[in-house]
Amino acid sequence: MKFCDKFFDKFSDKFGEMLKMNSMLKILPKSLWVTTCNSGSCNGCDIEVVATISPRYDIERFGMKLVGTPRHADVLIVTGPVTRFMRDKLLRVYNQMPDPKVVVVVGNCGASGDVFYKSYNLVGPVDNVIPVDVYVHGCPPRPEAIIEGVAKAVLKIEALEKSNSAPAEPREEAV
Amino acid sequence: MSTTTYKVPIGPVHVGLKEPVTAWLTLEGERILDAKLRLGAIHRGIEFMARERNPIQVIYLSERICGICSFSHVLAFIRAIEDLAGIKVPPRGQYIRSLVLELERIHSHILWAGVACYSIGFDSAFHLGMEMREKVMDLLELLTGNRVNYGVATFGGVRWDVTPEFVKATRDMIKFYRREFTPFREIVMEDPIAQARMRNVGVLTKEDAVRYSAVGPVARASGLRVDLRKSSPYEAYSDIPVEPVVPQDYFGAAHGDVLDRFAVRVLEVYQSLDIIEKILDGLPEGSFVAESNVNKVLASLKKAEGVGWGILEAPRGDDTHVVSLKGGEDNVLWWKVRAPTYASAVSWPIMFRGNELADAPLIINSIDPCISCMERMLTTNVRGDRAIITKTELMKRCREKTATLRARGGETE
Repeated sequence: MKFCDKFFDKFSDKFGEMLKMNSMLKILPKSLWVTTCNSGSCNGCDIEVVATISPRYDIERFGMKLVGTPRHADVLIVTGPVTRFMRDKLLRVYNQMPDPKVVVVVGNCGASGDVFYKSYNLVGPVDNVIPVDVYVHGCPPRPEAIIEGVAKAVLKIEALEKSNSAPAEPREEAV
Repeated sequence: MSTTTYKVPIGPVHVGLKEPVTAWLTLEGERILDAKLRLGAIHRGIEFMARERNPIQVIYLSERICGICSFSHVLAFIRAIEDLAGIKVPPRGQYIRSLVLELERIHSHILWAGVACYSIGFDSAFHLGMEMREKVMDLLELLTGNRVNYGVATFGGVRWDVTPEFVKATRDMIKFYRREFTPFREIVMEDPIAQARMRNVGVLTKEDAVRYSAVGPVARASGLRVDLRKSSPYEAYSDIPVEPVVPQDYFGAAHGDVLDRFAVRVLEVYQSLDIIEKILDGLPEGSFVAESNVNKVLASLKKAEGVGWGILEAPRGDDTHVVSLKGGEDNVLWWKVRAPTYASAVSWPIMFRGNELADAPLIINSIDPCISCMERMLTTNVRGDRAIITKTELMKRCREKTATLRARGGETE
């Protein structure tokens, strides 16, 4: 232990990241479980989310895992803009998740509408319906970017756990 | 004893599907008696959006119809415009287009095969398949710079040329798949449990496939020799003969079940490898695009008027685009997309009939090469009692069935 401490002190710059990881693991009592909801995407982001659980990118080495139900999840990955039909479904998925929870929007169209900026059947970007914490840009983002986004969600959950405050309630009226 | 029928909706969201549907299943115990579909959950109005954009902008939009067959949709749209405006594509451009189409088919079919294994609880095969898929994704990235939406096609050709480095990498890929893909095929198709799980499940007979206009691998798995690459060759397929892959050539008879659909898609991967090899051998020299200046293309399209068709064999079946332009207008007048899954989804109720509820995820997956993530399920019986079955539970049932079969298979064999 002592040797380790000395070692880390000596190369604190290099191992700063590693030390941060250690403190992070102390704060988080469990691994993050992730669920996905397609609110109107073209499927491109969804296959990249699937690629992140495949052996090449292997998100499980960070302890993260895709679960099938929002009731078990800490992180909600939303792909795509929100269609009228999916608005209530997305709210329902969000409300089923236990606090503290984090919403990660994967893809440009969920963040801003992007290519689907003008349509009669869209409620708009995801943050018109539920509060969003992390945006991952790209059309679609690479699996590495998705992993980075979920890693940022770890920091967010950490902050939420520290402050012990519940996240904002979903807005009632969509714009 | 009185029997009670249950109405079970699967959906409303299948996260992986291009056309998300709610399938209302009428159940008697575990048996599915009937199924009804409700379409349009994530209808984004893409055809409407195109009316406010010019053809070059619609290329970007058409790529986002579907993330898996993105190149097929782009190419069908571009071929429709080329048909309308009479744009000729240089031979090298045609060959590169066919090359990307076949690479896309490989990635789509391997993804589908992996996901089908996942839904029957064969996780090791799923990860094996996904690992192998990354090889073709690397190739697509090397050629186009992107993993999913390639942005490689344009009017009159393609935007990037094939480099000698890419040709070498592709030949390596062909060798890799010929070596590594056969064990995967044998692991799944010669496994007695997987066979028991997929054989005679979700049967679509040859007559029903014709009657309900199934397309692509679904129709071929029912024994129909249909393939647009053979019946109306486009791009490089005029030079390269393609024979439709049908299960009767492999098994001796076509059953039209999930195992046949698995076999057709897996065998098409080998076929695509052969086609890619022929494309690389016969790659013509010369220009790969008729006109690379976008402004000149747009100016010529502004004068064009009429209706154009583009039909091609996407990984899931025939993809049809019809476009109309009006002379003097910048924007597309109207645009109609008929995606293959829409045609094949009509056969779903037929496939569901007489199967068990536990087979429902597998049958849904058998049409569409995407992950079928059912968001939640709601069971309501006629008396009004409600119980919620989550997607996890449904998946668990599906997987438990494999486990029981495995246990039973161990005793009898």
